[in-house]
Amino acid sequence: MLETIMNVWEGLPLVMQIMAKITLIVAPLMLAVAYVTYAERKVIGYMQVRLGPNRVGPKGWLQPIADAVKLLTKEVIIPTNANRYLFLIAPVLSIAPALAAWAVIPFDDGMALANINAGLLYILALSSLGVYGVIIAGWASNSKYALLGAMRSAAQIVAYEIAMGFALVGVIMVAGSLNLGEIVSAQSGSIYHWYLLPLLPLFLVFFISGVAETNRAPFDVAEGESEIVAGFHVEYSGMAFAVFFLAEYANMILISALTALLFLGGWLSPFQGILPESAFAIPVIGWFLDSGIHWFLIKTAFFLFCFLWFRATFPRYRYDQIMRLGWKVLIPVTIVWLFVLGVGVAFGIGPWFA
Amino acid sequence: MTFEIPDFMPVIPELFVLGMACAILVIDLFVPQARRDITYGLSQFTLIGAAVLTIALASPETRFTFNDTFIADGLSDLLKVAVYLITAVVFLYSRPYLQDRDIYKGEYYVLGLFGVLGMMIMISSYSFLTLYLGLELLSLSLYAMVAFNRDSARASEAAMKYFILGAIASGMLLYGMSILYGITGSLDIKEVSDYLITSSAGLNVPLVFALSFVIVGLAFKLGAVPFHMWVPDVYHGAPTSVTLFIGTAPKLAGLAIIMRLLVDGLGPLHHDWQGMLTILAVLSLAVGNVVAIAQTNIKRMLAYSTISHVGFILMGILAGTHEGYAAALFYTLVYAIVAAGGFGMIILLSRRGFEAENLDDFRGLNERSPWFAFIMLLIMFSMAGVPPTVGFYAKLAVLQAVVQVDMIWLAIFAVIFSIVGAFYYLRAVKIMYFDKPEDESPLPKALDMNVVLSINGLLVIVLGIFPGLLMSLATGAISW
Amino acid sequence: MNFEAFLFYFFSVILVGAAVAMITVRNPVHAALFLVLTFFTSAALWIMLEAEFLGIVLVLVYVGAVMVLFLFVVMMLDINLARMREGFIRFLPVGIVVAVAMVSVMTLVIVRHFHMEAPERAGADYNNTEALGQILYTEYVYPFEIAAVILLVAIVAAIALTLRRRPGTKAIDPAQQVRITRKGRVRMVDMKSEDKS
Repeated sequence: MLETIMNVWEGLPLVMQIMAKITLIVAPLMLAVAYVTYAERKVIGYMQVRLGPNRVGPKGWLQPIADAVKLLTKEVIIPTNANRYLFLIAPVLSIAPALAAWAVIPFDDGMALANINAGLLYILALSSLGVYGVIIAGWASNSKYALLGAMRSAAQIVAYEIAMGFALVGVIMVAGSLNLGEIVSAQSGSIYHWYLLPLLPLFLVFFISGVAETNRAPFDVAEGESEIVAGFHVEYSGMAFAVFFLAEYANMILISALTALLFLGGWLSPFQGILPESAFAIPVIGWFLDSGIHWFLIKTAFFLFCFLWFRATFPRYRYDQIMRLGWKVLIPVTIVWLFVLGVGVAFGIGPWFA
Repeated sequence: MTFEIPDFMPVIPELFVLGMACAILVIDLFVPQARRDITYGLSQFTLIGAAVLTIALASPETRFTFNDTFIADGLSDLLKVAVYLITAVVFLYSRPYLQDRDIYKGEYYVLGLFGVLGMMIMISSYSFLTLYLGLELLSLSLYAMVAFNRDSARASEAAMKYFILGAIASGMLLYGMSILYGITGSLDIKEVSDYLITSSAGLNVPLVFALSFVIVGLAFKLGAVPFHMWVPDVYHGAPTSVTLFIGTAPKLAGLAIIMRLLVDGLGPLHHDWQGMLTILAVLSLAVGNVVAIAQTNIKRMLAYSTISHVGFILMGILAGTHEGYAAALFYTLVYAIVAAGGFGMIILLSRRGFEAENLDDFRGLNERSPWFAFIMLLIMFSMAGVPPTVGFYAKLAVLQAVVQVDMIWLAIFAVIFSIVGAFYYLRAVKIMYFDKPEDESPLPKALDMNVVLSINGLLVIVLGIFPGLLMSLATGAISW
Repeated sequence: MNFEAFLFYFFSVILVGAAVAMITVRNPVHAALFLVLTFFTSAALWIMLEAEFLGIVLVLVYVGAVMVLFLFVVMMLDINLARMREGFIRFLPVGIVVAVAMVSVMTLVIVRHFHMEAPERAGADYNNTEALGQILYTEYVYPFEIAAVILLVAIVAAIALTLRRRPGTKAIDPAQQVRITRKGRVRMVDMKSEDKS
């Protein structure tokens, strides 16, 4: 049975194999996006002592499906004097990089669509493209609020990309590779070998920049409901709006997955090197304790929860405070830590860099 | 891959200047405005320290390092020391000017030091890549310095013009270099020269284009006619202290890149670039000297005089002999000294809220200060080439070199236009001595500036009486 | 035509088309976006030439940062299109002459003088980034460091020219804001309750 499936698989043309793999990544991703929106409303609801959605389906489980159907059936309104082509292309430019970046994410050892050498650079380059969707949407809408939102977001993303890039440089220095799979493998050993502890400042900088890059609370001045209505997508409706929404959540999941990969050892088990080898041989429990894709998903889910947690608990930053945090706090922190790392790696000092 | 650690000894002066510039940048942050002199003192210390290091490391043989992209030889040692000293004088002259205009900031000196570093890199470059990067480092510092007085609209305009035309010039130079790279397959000056000697192709179309682009780029940077449009505007618009800087030390670095690029690298094509340089030199002499007569603003007048001096420097180069190169080097050194004195005088006469920019501001200087009128007289005589000032010997050396290669018509042409040029220099002298002063206010008393400016002026005549000293240095540097 | 050639022509056509569109479209924002497309397709071409590091960095730096700031400025500016068109016709002949000259020189140089065998395809494990790093920090370390100094000067110059403390701005110092305490803001007033009269 298994063998015949494998044979059929091998027999497929390369393009179809790749297509199938893409489907295997994107379909669950879209489903995850849908249920992250549900989780968001639930989590924030409980944190604010409310119930959240609970009417559609059992415990409100069908709420995201209902939302999707509603958005699909709504009309896409194009404002007068808006630039038609750019207006419609902007959501696509927003979601395309968010999805394309998943091509190099390894879910388990060797389980990646494209195992390329410069994987991390590729992700950095693609995440820097996402800003075009926002800018073009803001400009093409021909609306003042939208343009203001786009300007805010562009400045914010460009500023935080630098901090993010520097944080990644630290990871690259220690791992000695740009390949995401190799970066994870370099963290194997035990939980102390994860980059969380040796690169703690970079981890914080990376995750904070990640939150800012995705324009999420408390850095959501680009949307800023109370000031500029909804920022860059104020003029969008129906499916065009939904695509922006999808892109934002896909980016959130991407940042969470990246944080898990780069600083928490991806698919590596936290019990590795702590429990004796024999523990991993126990039938079901052993499989769970051993490294595998489930650890990657658990870690990603944890960081996703953090996104929601932040949104529920932090007040929004003021625009100038965001700029100050990015340029004057995060970037200097990364530069200082890069120096520390440089010395540590070059001379083999300390418990981690030896 | 094996990697040999390069020899750092020859680059120690560069490292020192870079390190000090960065240190000053940081120290300056913690220095209150009232004690800005600390920054100034450190900058001067850097220049003097670099001079000491360069002299200590100087040796007769040629030293290469960093895969032969860096060269240190007699020419580089002499030019570097000259750049340090001229810049030190420039910094000294600038201080009262900057203080009076509330732009006495640390960044001025830091940018100046980075400019010096750029000049050092240019002087010591032996590869197109480092040469270009050094040029950009210098240019970028200068653009920023020109715009330094943000409250002056004229300075901002000058900076814009300088920046845009400078970028075009860099583009030209870079394009020429890239074609050369395409032809020869190397960025190394030695290898390019070797290729040109061995290849029997001679001069072909791509090479002509490469040569033209390189020469146009250099002419732009030096301000030779017909690529001189920016010179008067920038000299006029920039704060005088920056004009002083632009007008002096970078000319030395400019001579260095001509020597490296045209003489060392494209030396085998001498016959071809000689013609191009001749046109540039003739036009520069003619336009520079004639247009200067019509100027009433002394900064513009000195700008046009610079253009004519560039013509003389190019004449020395185009002769293509060791005597010619030595004469060009001598001329450039002399010009830098004299120009420092000339712009220094403008700064001396300026004060808070008043720029002594017009020729009329020099009226009756003799009655206000006979001593500085005399210094200015020496400087003007030297620019005009009146014996026994050093300017006379500089012009004589260049003319001799040109005559030696049988370009007598060019020498006669140069002499005629020097005489035309003498008119406006002597007019300045006449205004100082025979006109009544309009402005009776006494000259400011800054001891260090007065002393150095006096030495600067007297140097013109001392070197004029004993030209052999500087001349032997120049000849020694050229015949390596 | 194999797949690789197809990709090459695919990207090349877009590249050339976008470059032409960039200089001919009326709207400056559209021009900037076409420039972005040009960069992006040239990055794709570089990646096909096994220069993946350069290709990705082109996207990261030029598309992701430089052009974003450029668009930023272009969107804010009110550009007078009519005046820009005037110059276009006037300078067209000069532009054509320069373009023709440059193209012919490039062709001459490339065709006649730069004979280079197509380098062998590197294997899949070949790491372009590492190779570039090796050569940049050894053979070209001196120019590399000078380039770094140039960037430093650019930063210093930009800050020195723009950072001016003008009087009368209402900017708030965040440090001061953070440092406030309850004592500075809240005054507890002890008020006696009044008797009903």
